[in-house]
Formats: sequence, structure tokens, C-alpha cells
Amino acid sequence: MSIKINQEKCVGCLSCILVCPGSLIKEKDGKAYIKYPKDCWGCASCVKECKVCAIDYYLGADIGGNGSKLNVSYEGDILHWNITKGDGSVLVIDVNSKDSNQY
Amino acid sequence: MGIKLRHEIISTDVLIIGGGTAGCYAALTLCKNSKLKVVIAEKANIKRSGCLAAGVNAINAYIVEGRTPEDYVDYAIKDANGIVRKDLLLSVAKRFNEVTAQMEKLGLVILKDTDGNYVTRGNRNIKINGENFKPILAKAVRKGKNIEVFNNVNITDFMVNDNTIYGAIGFSIREEIAYEFRAKAVIVSTGGAAGLYKPNNPGTSRHKMWYPPFNTGAGYAMGIKAGAEMTSFEMRFIALRCKDTIAPTGTIAQGVQAKQINSLGEVYENNYGITTSERVYGTVKENQLGKGPCYLQTSAMDKVKEKDLLKAYLNMAPSQTLKWIESGKLPSEQDVEITGTEPYIVGGHTASGYWVNTNRETTIHGLYAGGDVTGGCPQKYVSGALAEGEIAALDIISKISEFAEIKENVAKESRKIVKEYEDILKSANALFTAEELEEAMQKVMDEYAGGISTNYQFNEKQLMLAEEKIDNLIQLSKNLSASDMHELMFVYELRERLLVCKSVIAHLYHRKETRWHSFNENLDYPQQRDEYFCYVNSKFENDKLKIIYRDIVKEAVYEHKN
Repeated sequence: MSIKINQEKCVGCLSCILVCPGSLIKEKDGKAYIKYPKDCWGCASCVKECKVCAIDYYLGADIGGNGSKLNVSYEGDILHWNITKGDGSVLVIDVNSKDSNQY
Repeated sequence: MGIKLRHEIISTDVLIIGGGTAGCYAALTLCKNSKLKVVIAEKANIKRSGCLAAGVNAINAYIVEGRTPEDYVDYAIKDANGIVRKDLLLSVAKRFNEVTAQMEKLGLVILKDTDGNYVTRGNRNIKINGENFKPILAKAVRKGKNIEVFNNVNITDFMVNDNTIYGAIGFSIREEIAYEFRAKAVIVSTGGAAGLYKPNNPGTSRHKMWYPPFNTGAGYAMGIKAGAEMTSFEMRFIALRCKDTIAPTGTIAQGVQAKQINSLGEVYENNYGITTSERVYGTVKENQLGKGPCYLQTSAMDKVKEKDLLKAYLNMAPSQTLKWIESGKLPSEQDVEITGTEPYIVGGHTASGYWVNTNRETTIHGLYAGGDVTGGCPQKYVSGALAEGEIAALDIISKISEFAEIKENVAKESRKIVKEYEDILKSANALFTAEELEEAMQKVMDEYAGGISTNYQFNEKQLMLAEEKIDNLIQLSKNLSASDMHELMFVYELRERLLVCKSVIAHLYHRKETRWHSFNENLDYPQQRDEYFCYVNSKFENDKLKIIYRDIVKEAVYEHKN
């Protein structure tokens, strides 16, 4: 499992359901929830699709997870990858979608 | 209980099964060059489906300035130790640059220098921002006239009669509908197979793998069931990846020129060779010798580069960026531990898949294959998948008048398959679940067919045991039940994987040599043998896999003969 959908933040647009390559997210009472959590690949498609930052991405403790959560917000062409660490501090990495990778 | 499915019949000229890279590009090619009606049947949704869901950050098959398509072919032949199809490789290599230019026109960002030339990474790669590669492609498909996309439709069987294809059958995973797609020609482009072997990570992280866990080998299984000839399933692909996240390593190895080192700090690649399989083998060996863990040496890189590396991974495998941050040490402060993955079957990297002619028609008339399901053409990657979609589409356009219309007896067969769906949905309370049988299958493959726990090695006695156990699981899989359409998909995914496993085992058994370390490391035959300089092919006949050894194709154009 790699994501958690915050039921309070979810506005029920359900666009995450559409993009999940495993169709793992379903709808319940007008909100999205992950029905098959163990099947999540961790591609972050839903995280990037969610316009209200209701989906947090994290790593399992068995693969190096230490409590940080990641989500994505947008400003024009810029993707802000927001990482909230276990201690509450926030690190933001900006990626311009019009720029190529340097590697 | 009992669900009666609505049986919908859709007629089209061309059916594309799997709307990934190859499938979408085939649809665009058909749309651009003909007025043919096209249907894409896609298990998820084409916006992010397939192996590019997270993105890709380089075009790894490209002809850079000063190189030729023939150079590319030579490289791929060497890397696969000769067991490739030169005709297939050359046909994609000649198209790499054109399909890439088309993607740029659609909106793909490619890194350029100040003179406007693409910046290359090594001899065959260019750098892109491929985070949105799939959405770009999907957007173009949605705009295409004459293309109709059926998202969330899982295809399980071809409609084949007299070795000619007439369409395919499947079901919606959201609604209680069975679909019968009738078509003059079909392109199968469903991708390769992950999850055959016990994966690198356990439990809740079991799907943190490199290749998409949703690629279950459906296309291979449908072909095997329908009697198509398949090739080189014994050339498994085992990737060298970042430990835990199983994220790609090429970005570090080529982008930062990081060397593979063992825990003593020794560069070990020169002791084993630098082909794709030798890089995995060397890492396994160093661990066996007590010199592990092994790493990619990133600790010498500078801070500016490091920031770009974090971004590059966000565009392709965000878990790796997060892992660096979680550990409190960025790549300049610690080397990146590497590991071999579970073995995958994937025709974009190795040569496993459908045996096709130069135009990508399979041995079933009217059925074409593109991308990871197509065999004989390894190292084609993303641009090769685009190219194969194009090659197949163009051949279909030129031959469309030759393809047959459906016959009534074929349609009758489809009703039997729909009944099979309904029976699975009807039968409640099966003892085992698909998930339980999947774990059993992965354990068998891991222990007896050369998985991670045996350092990818096996012998014939183990393979015979693997076959027996997989056959048993195939029998058990006939009694599975499903309470909804999504679970029905799980049942078919398991069955697909089991059939692919059966083929992989047979292929491993019949290549009585070690042609590639790790990929096919047969302890009974630890050396390469000249008499096995050939393809190992197979065909399902009367419920048995028949092995066919074929001579290496030397012709520039290959047509099916017998």
C-alpha cells in the first residue's frame, strides 16, 4: 500500500478512480476510497490527479518509510511535490512540467 | 445468487486490446492513415494505464547523431547473445526517431542544447520529461476520429476459428456487461507479465515492483490458448533496481556515470561483463561471495546534480525520491543499494512473446502483436513499442480487404465464454481465493523455477516439480468464485499468470544450456552450447505445449511458413 485518501478532504470528484492503472479506487457515499490497498503499485497517478491534496503517498515501513507523506499541488506548469515529514516539517520540490529531466 | 450479464456485440474494423503505448500509437496510426473504425479495449483507463503510469524519463532506444539503426541492432544482438530477430530490430530502429518526433509534436518535452539539438544520454538515449507521456498519448487518442475507447473492459479470449481471428470477448469490471468485439483485424498490445514469481517485497508492499503488477500476461495467455506460436519465454527479464523501491537504475548509472560497487568499494562489473544479464549476475555473485550489499556509487556526485536527480525520479518513480528523503541521506551522502528483481516476462526488454513476421502479424491470421507482448525484438522499450504499433497498423491498412468477416459458429463460441463468466459469478464459497492461489504460484516459481530465493538458478528436477505444482494450481483455479466483476478479473488474471508460468517452465526446460546468466541459468547445463543457437518456440496443441526449435532468422524479411 502506498496511498491514504483523506475522507475529510475528498470532495468526491472521483477523478482518481479514473486514472488508477489498477482500478483499485472505488466510490462509497460520494467519496473515493482504496478498496484493494495491497494492490497499489505506488505510481502516484491518483496523487497527481487530486486537485485538493486529499491523497497522501507514503512508503511502507518495510521499504524505508519513516512517516513522511507526499502530495502534489499545481501552479501553472509547476508541480509542487509537498513532503510533510513525521516531525511536521515540510519540504517542497518544484518540478516544471515544461522542463526536461537532466538525466 | 447469480448474475446474468448483458451481452453486448460491438462491430469494428480493427480491435486493439490494451491501450498502452503500443496500442494507443497503433490507433493513432490507423486514424491518420485510413478511415477504418478502431476500438480500443482497455482494462483500466488509457489516461494512465500500462507501464508508463508513473512516467518515464528517457527515450532509451534512439539513434543519436553519428549512429545508425544497424549499430542499434548490433548492440541488441550482442546483449541477447544472438537470440533475437534482426529483421524485427531493424524495423523498429529505423522508426525510433520518427515516432519520438511525433511524440514531441503531441507535447512531449525533450531536453535540447542551445543549438536546438537533443541532449543525449550515452549512445542510444535522449532525456525527456515523461511524467505525462501517457496522458499526452491518451489525449491524442481521445481526439481521434473513428476511435472508440472502452475503458475498464477486461478481455479474456480471442475469437479464433481455423487459425483466423474474428474478434475477442471480455467483460466490464464496473458493470455487469459482457462484450463481444467483432473485428476484421486485431492488435494485441496488453504488455508483459509481472507477479509470476514471488516479488521482492512482502505483504502490503508486494506490489512495489518495477513492472506494473496489473500487467498479468493476459495477451500471452490468450495467444497460448488460441494456439499462437510463442518464442523465448526462457529469456526472462531480471532487472537491476534500487533496493526496496525497485525503481529504475539507468538514470543513475548513465546519467551520473555511477559504477556498480560491492561493500568493499570494489568496482566489480569488469569481472562479470556488462550485458544486461551479466550486470544482474555480477551483483548476485558478489552477494554470494559475501561482498554484499552492492551499490551504485553516487556518493561522489555534486549537490546541484543531486537536486536534479531527485526531480528526475519524481517524474518516473516518486518512491525513490521519497526514500532518499526518508533516510535523511541524499544520494551524494550515501550510495544507492541495488538488487535484482523478481523475474518478469517482458518483450520490450528481452525477446519473450509472440512469434511474428516482420510486419508483426502473429501465426494467427489477422492477429497482430505490438509492444511488450511481441517477441524476438528486445531492448525496444517505449519508442520500440510506438514503432511496433505503427508497423502493425500500417500492415493492417494495406491488407484490410483480405481479412475475413465473422462466421456464425465463431459467435456461438463466444456465448460459451460468457456463460463461463456467469458460472464463476454464480459459484459461491470456493475454498481458495485467487489471492491465495497467486501466492502459491509465486512460491512454486520462486523455489523451483529460478526465483530470487535460489539466486535465479534451477535444475531440471526442480523444473519438473514446478510444472507438476503449477498444473495442480491450474486445476484448482477452475473452482474459483467471484462476487463481483472486479473479482472476476482477479480470477482471470490468476489463470493468465498460471498459463504463462507453465510456458516459462517448459521453455526453461527445453533450452538445455545457460545462454544468459541469471535470465536462464540451468545448473544441469551451466555452459552455453552451440546446438542451442536457435529460438525455443512453443505452441499449445491439444492441451499440450509443443516445443519448436527454430533456426535463427537471417532474412531481412520474415514470413510465416508452416
